Amino acid sequence: MDINHRASILIGESMNFKGRDIISMRDFSKAEIMHVLNTAKKIENGNYSNLFSGKVMASLFFEPSTRTRLSFESAMNRLGGKVLGFADKGVSSSSKGESLGDAIKVVEGYSDVIAMRHPLEGAARLAAEAASIPVINGGDGSNQHPTQTFLDLYTILKTKKTLEGLTVGFIGDLKYGRTVHSLAHALSHFGAEMYFISPDSLRMPKDDLNDLKAMGASFHEVNDLEKVIGKLDVLYATRIQRERFPDQLEYEKVKNSYVISKKTLQDARKDMIIMHPLPRVNEISEEVDGTPHALYFEQARNGVPIRQALLALTLGVDV
Amino acid sequence: MKELKVSAIRDGTVIDHVPGDVVFKVVDVLNLEKSSETVMVAANLKSSRIGQKGIIKVSGKILTKEEVDKIALLAPNATLNIIRDYKVAEKASLSVPDVLINVIKCNNPNCITNNDSVKTKFTVVSKDNIRVRCHYCERYIDKEDIKVL
Repeated sequence: MDINHRASILIGESMNFKGRDIISMRDFSKAEIMHVLNTAKKIENGNYSNLFSGKVMASLFFEPSTRTRLSFESAMNRLGGKVLGFADKGVSSSSKGESLGDAIKVVEGYSDVIAMRHPLEGAARLAAEAASIPVINGGDGSNQHPTQTFLDLYTILKTKKTLEGLTVGFIGDLKYGRTVHSLAHALSHFGAEMYFISPDSLRMPKDDLNDLKAMGASFHEVNDLEKVIGKLDVLYATRIQRERFPDQLEYEKVKNSYVISKKTLQDARKDMIIMHPLPRVNEISEEVDGTPHALYFEQARNGVPIRQALLALTLGVDV
Repeated sequence: MKELKVSAIRDGTVIDHVPGDVVFKVVDVLNLEKSSETVMVAANLKSSRIGQKGIIKVSGKILTKEEVDKIALLAPNATLNIIRDYKVAEKASLSVPDVLINVIKCNNPNCITNNDSVKTKFTVVSKDNIRVRCHYCERYIDKEDIKVL
């Protein structure tokens, strides 16, 4: 994408996303985020079955990710578009030593937009620089996963009717959870009060906290969910992975303190929602699934309209 | 007449006021070991400005933008003198630019720049106490962890 186009978007001359890449939440202003969410709402509530007619999405998954890939493909297929691609690095030419830039330059001749996941951080940015068609990042290593953050925001907006001034708790592995870092960053645009609930060893990284401070966000780091659960509008849970702990004894000690059960929810507000990027292991008991708090499966479904919105906006089709 | 600690050069570049602890790093990043031109390096010279300093003189060399940026990162208070016919033709103090291209190595092993043929690119987020962020993997690197290419 050319620099002038990017500049015109950044200075707010237009909300035209045509040809734009979706790489990192850092690239989006509050107004742009709202534009994406409003477009998703319009698509979800409208009849756009031929919106992507004649359009081809290249789905380049250099590492496996069933959920994100299927969600992108469903987004395209349901609105009349076509999908080509691969779901395993082994079948791409990168296994023969081809550079990512070369691979992208070839694929852009076959498609109108690229959705990609890659195990290396920064791969999506590099691909976007190589491509003349839009690139949508479906996850680059532990760095960014913007479509997940957009769908998280969309889920909150749909349920709470606003993103402004909410109190949001994040629980679990806050150190390595990229979904948490991106969502916290995005919510800073909306004046959220944030609680980061984790064992000491899995706290939010210092760099992310510094970013939040610089954005003027209000946040607190705590160890116990019980002390803050009554304040929350949203509880965003992530998986604590055993392999993150060098000391397995420490894992055994903390794993159950961060399991959300019906008992944990006793003091929660009735309309508090629980979100999770999935897959979950044991951090949310199955008994919670039937409560009105459980929103994680709907959250996953929201991935489709959000990706449809991002595809429509970057392809420049009228919604 | 003032005695020169390091012989004068006819044409080339003199990098002066290099702090003692980075003199050899500058020699290293400029790849001067492999230079076929005359290179003179002096360390532990007395300096009224910075206490102890080093000075590097390279005959027949005009620094590239990348090389100047590398020196700016390692020795922001150094001065550059372009010498023509034994005289200082130009004198410049250094400044760290807003963007560094192909100057720093990303210290995230999982960054695409360490795994693909691409020039590194960093945004300088703080110039006082130098801090940069990788354009690709978005990681911050503080001054003490910066590895110049």
